[in-house]
Amino acid sequence: MSIKIDKERCLGCRQCLSVCPGSLIQPDENNKALIRYPECCWGCASCVKECAVGAISFYLGADIGGRGSRLTVQSAGPLIHWHIEKADGSRQTITVNRQDANQY
Amino acid sequence: MKKELDVIYLTTDFLIIGGGAAGCYAALTLSRESGYSALIAEKAHIKRSGCLAAGVNAINAYIVPGRTPEDYAAYAKKDAEGIVREDLLLTMAQGVNQTVAQLEAWGLVILKDEQGRYVTRGDRNIKINGENIKPILAAAVAQEKQITVLNQVNILNYIVKDNRVYGAYGIGVEDYAFYVISAKTVLCATGGAAGLYKPNNPGFSRHKMWYSPFNTGAGLAMGIRAGAEMTTLEMRFVALRCKDTIAPTGTIAQGVGAKQINALGEIYEQKYGLTTSQRMYGTTRENQEGRGPCYLQTKGLTPEQDNELKKAYLNMAPSQTLKWLESGKNPSEQNVEIEGTEPYITGGHTASGYWVSTDRETTVRGLFAAGDAAGGCPQKYVSGAFAEGEIAARAAKNQMDSLSGCNPTSLPESLAVARQKQALEAILNREPPLFRTEDLEEAMQQIMDTYAGGISASYRFTVSQLDAAAEKIGQLEILSHDLQARDMRELVFVCELKERLTLCASLIAHLRARRETRWPGFAENSDYPQKDDAWLKYVNSKQINGRLAVFCRDLVPQGERYEHQDR
Repeated sequence: MSIKIDKERCLGCRQCLSVCPGSLIQPDENNKALIRYPECCWGCASCVKECAVGAISFYLGADIGGRGSRLTVQSAGPLIHWHIEKADGSRQTITVNRQDANQY
Repeated sequence: MKKELDVIYLTTDFLIIGGGAAGCYAALTLSRESGYSALIAEKAHIKRSGCLAAGVNAINAYIVPGRTPEDYAAYAKKDAEGIVREDLLLTMAQGVNQTVAQLEAWGLVILKDEQGRYVTRGDRNIKINGENIKPILAAAVAQEKQITVLNQVNILNYIVKDNRVYGAYGIGVEDYAFYVISAKTVLCATGGAAGLYKPNNPGFSRHKMWYSPFNTGAGLAMGIRAGAEMTTLEMRFVALRCKDTIAPTGTIAQGVGAKQINALGEIYEQKYGLTTSQRMYGTTRENQEGRGPCYLQTKGLTPEQDNELKKAYLNMAPSQTLKWLESGKNPSEQNVEIEGTEPYITGGHTASGYWVSTDRETTVRGLFAAGDAAGGCPQKYVSGAFAEGEIAARAAKNQMDSLSGCNPTSLPESLAVARQKQALEAILNREPPLFRTEDLEEAMQQIMDTYAGGISASYRFTVSQLDAAAEKIGQLEILSHDLQARDMRELVFVCELKERLTLCASLIAHLRARRETRWPGFAENSDYPQKDDAWLKYVNSKQINGRLAVFCRDLVPQGERYEHQDR
């Protein structure tokens, strides 16, 4: 369980550094976000949600059955669009409205 | 160049350690009901820290129409096989609905029917969208001028003199800062402890656990060091969770009514009983007797249920939704495999934590505890943590009112400050030792797993094994004196390991003291495999002159308040 940071997209805004509950992200030499302890990631996706430019994706480790899919988040008002890109390049989106309670 | 820490002195009325559910709610209560200042010290950032970082799917402690707080307390007592504090359960249960109404006013979305009534899940739960429950709390805190939030500050030790607390010491998680915070009253609102035992997935995904891996037992360890009394640490929590992702199962089990089945397709949950520990025990037994793996029977759900489940998990444990999508099989097409986690110490689910009065004051005067750090009150969950934060804040206010005129805030002696600071600087400035922090952490988890009833031991142990565990953990504590940190983040890792080792030693002593098996899914003492009602009492402990004393206390009778008489 961990995250990947797309350095091309990262703006260096440090929001992810601040919000990580484990303080696992630090700035690199170019002031872009670096996940310094990838194996310490809990998988809470807080940083993924915080990133305004979709530079952070998260994935399941191979040891827990991960097959290379990546999950990114795009927030639009109350809507959270969860984009999944599989290793084969296929994409899928699930949209959750923060105003809707869980049915279960 | 020698690394040094800048000393920063701060003063507040009410110091709150940990900005989670209990801590934030306590701060908000104090600021609403008094003119006192509160300072929340949070090791991460209150917007997404602690257990609720990813969100939560339901309020699991709620008094639904037709039920009473007394019903809730009776249920929790039964589930814990009698080892609870009924005064704590009742006062918690009396408070939960009001706190939930408050959260709704701040913006929490709760599922309602056409008449505008909350939709219940079972007898005690309501359904919410809790993805943003931490941002909601953080926003409420930000509105209050009396509350100061210190993010990225990790509290390490209390300032205690003559069994009264005067504040706490902490360090910056990034900044080279040593904090000396003076306060009239202090609330321990930290999490419990994960990471004591080897986890389900000890490799790359070692932190893909259910309980927050950043809950390192800090609050409990600093209490143990300060001589505070702890209770029922031996009631560990082992959670039944989705395999690999270790995501919660209640949304599937209670939400869509999926049954626990073994590999033969037999529903086994009735066979072992329905308490939380019995459900866990059943799954362990089915596996041991060759009928594993076990599953939640989701095959046959509708496509609509598939979609709602995927959304629900995104709001709480997104890895589980990713798992379904990645495997290409929906829950309706493939049962969800379940497994038990490694044991955790968490007072939100079991009765382990600080021994407190009905007002949530610990045995150290002026030090309160609420939420996962507070013992005696299992099944409090999120709303119970709010309620305990409220109770503790009111009690702290009353204590400060009665102290007015004789301001007890006092700075610690400069010698004590220098000693604490120098010990930390030594860790930053020494040469790297043979063993790294992560090496000792792995060793600790291996010892606890093998000798103190971890997953590989099917949660079983003997007294001889516990003795071996105690000796080996003692050796690691000696090795931990030489650990080195290259920067502040690593210094926090070193301190967290030491906290865990302190807690392991107490946990082992508690497991050893209870000579029966009361919660078989959570812990099985192979030397005493039966429940024995001679053990209907609390196992408590405290450090006296550097040595851990373990002793029993009689159950607090129903209907009685509890004040500390002998602290």
